[in-house]
Amino acid sequence: MRPLSIVVRTGCDLFAWFLVIFGSTIIIHGDVTPGGGFQGGAIVATFLSLLLVAYGGKKLLAWVNVGIFNGMLVFGLLAFFLLGFLGFPHSFFFNFLAVPHEIAQATGHGVIPPSGTIALMDIAVGLEVAGGLSLIVLSMFKGVRLFREEHFEEESGHDR
Amino acid sequence: MIGNAPFFVVGLLFLAGLVAIFMEKNLIKIAVAISIISSAVNLFLVALGYRAGGTIPVHYLAGEETLMVLPTPQAMTLTAIVIALATTALLLSLIMLVYRLYGTLDVDEIRRLRG
Amino acid sequence: MKKTIFVVAAILLGAFIIGATDSVQPFGDPGKAPMDDYFLANALQHRSSENVVTSIVFDYRGFDTIGEAAVLFTALCAITAFFREGRKRP
Repeated sequence: MRPLSIVVRTGCDLFAWFLVIFGSTIIIHGDVTPGGGFQGGAIVATFLSLLLVAYGGKKLLAWVNVGIFNGMLVFGLLAFFLLGFLGFPHSFFFNFLAVPHEIAQATGHGVIPPSGTIALMDIAVGLEVAGGLSLIVLSMFKGVRLFREEHFEEESGHDR
Repeated sequence: MIGNAPFFVVGLLFLAGLVAIFMEKNLIKIAVAISIISSAVNLFLVALGYRAGGTIPVHYLAGEETLMVLPTPQAMTLTAIVIALATTALLLSLIMLVYRLYGTLDVDEIRRLRG
Repeated sequence: MKKTIFVVAAILLGAFIIGATDSVQPFGDPGKAPMDDYFLANALQHRSSENVVTSIVFDYRGFDTIGEAAVLFTALCAITAFFREGRKRP
């Protein structure tokens, strides 16, 4: 794919990183407002799609570091399973960090929110979905270039 | 029948997707019709859990009201949407591989399996 | 000739499908739902989470979420295995 015109590239420069901030807000406030892990992870995955469409394939594959997305995926999955195994003497998925509502309103809480493992699992699943969907987009794009010899017709909207 | 308008729309969407799967010749259009059918089923699942006069099942936004809609169909629809996404990605990858082998996307010409 | 048969069959199929989805229950009246009443009454007191839908997805029905994460991971492995460049034979 070839890069698009200067207007599209400037628009992409302006709010590419705000997509990551918006997605992280929806992931982190998962137990208070509507949203959660899966929805926020899908929003963070559109960051890579926007860069791919605006800048072209050759520049993106030279810039992106695949190890970051791989690390996010593996870390999210392992943290999810570890939080499940930690409640073991009671049952498999026991919420061992939860504080009931009356006590939390009386004494306040520290770093971990009073909903316990619900908020922590939100962050783990959000990281996993974001890394996984970005890797799917990258793999399918690499597959397109494998068997294309050369294109004869020009695509519209380019100026170089 | 006018009171059941959301269920009527679900039936129309499902019928449109099904007729498109039968009549179309291009593989990409068949994939789009499968996605329309999955959207219709997710809409049906959410519309089944509506209580008249209810509000959003989040305590932070509901305030002082006490009648809420059913939250369980919404949780099931989340799972169904993510699984449909994984299936669509796999389907499109298989269509790319078929195009690489046969050189065409017409259903009538891809009739025999080639080794 | 073939086109009229197709149109009549599509109209019959449409009548079946729309008649089926219209007669499940009246819109806005789901009847008795004891499990959802239990969730709505106890999710704030015992778990202290204000979003009832998230507490159902991650705490009361957590096994479904494990299955869904497994499906996503399997699809990712299959797609990465399709588009791998092999070594060229000399």
